[in-house]
Amino acid sequence: MCVCVCVCVCVCVCVCVCVCVCVCVCVHFYLNCNNMKYMRSPPTPEMATQEVPLNETLAHLKTESETLKSKLEEERAKLHDVELHQVAEKVEGLGQFVMKTRRTLKGHGNKVLCMDWCKDKRRIVSSSQDGKVIVWDAFTTNKEHAVTMPCTWVMACAYAPSGCAVACGGLDNKCSVYPLSLDKNENLAAKKKSVAMHTNYLSACSFTNSDMQILTSSGDGTCALWDVESGQLLQSFHGHAADVLCLDLAPSETGNTFVSGGCDKKANVWDMRSGQCIQSFETHESDINSVRYYPSGDAFASGSDDATCRLYDLRADREVAIYSKDSIIFGVSSVDFSLSGRLLFGGYNDYTINVWDVLKGTRVSILFGHENRVSTLRVSPDGTAFCTGSWDHTLRIWA
Amino acid sequence: MTINTLAKGGCHREQMACFRKMEKVIVAMQDPDMGMKMRNQRLLITVIPHAMTGHDIIAWLTHKYRISEEESLHLGNMLVKYGYIYPLKEPRCLVLRPDESPYRFQVRPLSMSILPTFYNPAIYLAKKNIRKQGELMEYEKERYSLLHKRINHTWDFVVMQAREQLRASKQRRKADRIVLECQEQAYWLINRPPIKYECIEHIKGSSSCLCLQIEACRKALGRNRVKSSICLEGFLKYSEQYLNHDPIMQGCLPSNPWISDDTAHWTMNAEIVPVPTRLRVERWSFSFMELLNDAMGRREFMTYLEKEFSAENLYFWQACEDIRHGESSKIVEKVEDIYKNFLAPGAARWVNIDSKTMDKTLEGIKRPHRFVMDDAQMHIYFLMKKDSYPRYLKSDLYKNMLAKAIVPQETKKSVFPFMRRQRHSSPSPAQTATQAAEEEGLAKGAGANSAAGSHF
Repeated sequence: MCVCVCVCVCVCVCVCVCVCVCVCVCVHFYLNCNNMKYMRSPPTPEMATQEVPLNETLAHLKTESETLKSKLEEERAKLHDVELHQVAEKVEGLGQFVMKTRRTLKGHGNKVLCMDWCKDKRRIVSSSQDGKVIVWDAFTTNKEHAVTMPCTWVMACAYAPSGCAVACGGLDNKCSVYPLSLDKNENLAAKKKSVAMHTNYLSACSFTNSDMQILTSSGDGTCALWDVESGQLLQSFHGHAADVLCLDLAPSETGNTFVSGGCDKKANVWDMRSGQCIQSFETHESDINSVRYYPSGDAFASGSDDATCRLYDLRADREVAIYSKDSIIFGVSSVDFSLSGRLLFGGYNDYTINVWDVLKGTRVSILFGHENRVSTLRVSPDGTAFCTGSWDHTLRIWA
Repeated sequence: MTINTLAKGGCHREQMACFRKMEKVIVAMQDPDMGMKMRNQRLLITVIPHAMTGHDIIAWLTHKYRISEEESLHLGNMLVKYGYIYPLKEPRCLVLRPDESPYRFQVRPLSMSILPTFYNPAIYLAKKNIRKQGELMEYEKERYSLLHKRINHTWDFVVMQAREQLRASKQRRKADRIVLECQEQAYWLINRPPIKYECIEHIKGSSSCLCLQIEACRKALGRNRVKSSICLEGFLKYSEQYLNHDPIMQGCLPSNPWISDDTAHWTMNAEIVPVPTRLRVERWSFSFMELLNDAMGRREFMTYLEKEFSAENLYFWQACEDIRHGESSKIVEKVEDIYKNFLAPGAARWVNIDSKTMDKTLEGIKRPHRFVMDDAQMHIYFLMKKDSYPRYLKSDLYKNMLAKAIVPQETKKSVFPFMRRQRHSSPSPAQTATQAAEEEGLAKGAGANSAAGSHF
């Protein structure tokens, strides 16, 4: 409340004194009022930031992020005292490599997008663009089960560890589990169970050590762990800035981590219990299409659209090898290790498979056969062969 | 690449990296000193200047990248397929032939504003329409009508231009005419109009993303790292240790089923066999995890622990695994069971855990969840790993197993290598599960009905 008292000036001497006092009082009141309501107090540091536009805060964060990143690279470089191929000089080189297509599985009507092996080492499940999911006995090339999904582009499929169910999903943003029934007349789709729900396409899925839990990754930038029975979300993993394209579970003793790769060029290692990202690697120049752990669990390989495969060591916390060649121009869609981890197989978008010597960093062999891009590649559980799926509608077993 | 771009027909994002690399190759090929040697090439009776043969291209690629001819042919094919090189003979067929067929580098516009006229799709299609008197391909017809609708007001101009170009080309030297026609045709074969798509970019509140990154960086700075020399040695050791077990590297005995069509290898290495193979038993000594992951190995280890009166450790570990990977609905009851059997004072299979872990676990049991046993489980796991496991490997039980283990004979190649063995099917894992359930059902029903025997 502002009280302004105006007092007229009296010429009288005794009155003058009084008048002066009154005027002072009035002014004092006036000034106070303005301080509270009309006049701004001198800006404090916090208030100053609030008034600065949002762009500058973003820029500030960006610089901080960049500075920390370069500091991190410095720290990582300090302990990097030798290159992998130098250490591997004493290892014997690999001889002539002969691998051929031993089986061709024909039956899909469109691009094959994903496949997975069963623990029995001979059965596989594959999914394709036309929505079909087929379970084969790859050894006899017989089809054992077929399901038609209600969506197209089924980009993810996985075999349950028990061999009694398969999980798949794609543009329906869901991951569904189908128990495999042997009754030829039974419609598998009838027993379907919807487990995962994302807000964008499903890019990859994998059962954990049992039939009861599924790990999924999605185009919505997250990964999630689900309980199959109840469909409940057990844990979600946030941290990627773009679509997550692939994931792989660690074969470690404590079995609690997994790695994911995404369109933000990052590969993140996560703790399944807490949902935290424990390690992150960003050295690829383009989308990471595939990640796979080294058999010991101490490292993982990644394949990317930048036509390179890279090896990251988890204890050294850095990239330790790049597998690339000037004549290899097209991106890698899928990678996997041989049983001993000595060989890395990569399926490429130029229809070929390149085989790399993991230790020496050299390319051992190039395999031709597919007539369109290789979209998926997995080594069998006992390492006797590997299977590739391609946009040419077929799957091939190589040994 | 993401499905959001693929499903709608465009794949620009992923191909950017490829185009850059292909252009590098082309630039190297065009290098005046180290690049391809261009000459006059003969096409029937015409001489085309400044061209190269398919054979030359392959030879150059083989030499430059030190790859096989097969790979050079494959790489060269890609360059033709994506329009960087075009054929002068049969220009509709974008394939690299490893013979004297002539090829040329495609002209790339430096800037879209100074396009040579043949880059104008409307004029190209109008020319073709006139020349072929309306006989266009399906997609060309569509495009033609679309363009006609869109630039209807300037259509007369387009047709006029087309007629002019056709007239001018008739006056060109045959060599030039052939080259320009092939060039144009190849360009349009590659550059079929892309279907418009929206690239869905995730702009997830950039500042929150950056904050997460900063947090992650700070944490990462504080972590312990191991020297590279130590880590990398680990890879060498691992690969060496598992070399004999890697069928792709060393083959497998008696033979690789995929190559010989003989499933003996799988039969011998089934989950439970009377006598395991030597390689399998050796593998149990590589790490504790290898032993536990193998059903037979675990069984053997259990037998050993029974003898040592410490089997409760392995039972406890298995029960904890069951909770971690089992159904959510059964967690509470399973935790109860574990407490009763392993943790409660005076329990039948009491496990020896340190007091700190025991207290923490007992506290956690009051609100049971999937990971409540983790600490205790880890403690017991490492106890077995450090103590019982090394002693098991030195024990007679293990040594006898190793001595008894079979080393399969390598299968001799069949006398008639072209005769294929019959490939037998195997029972599906789903079938064994269903059968087990059926048998249970039968057993239950046996009391009510007289035993009917198997019915298949």
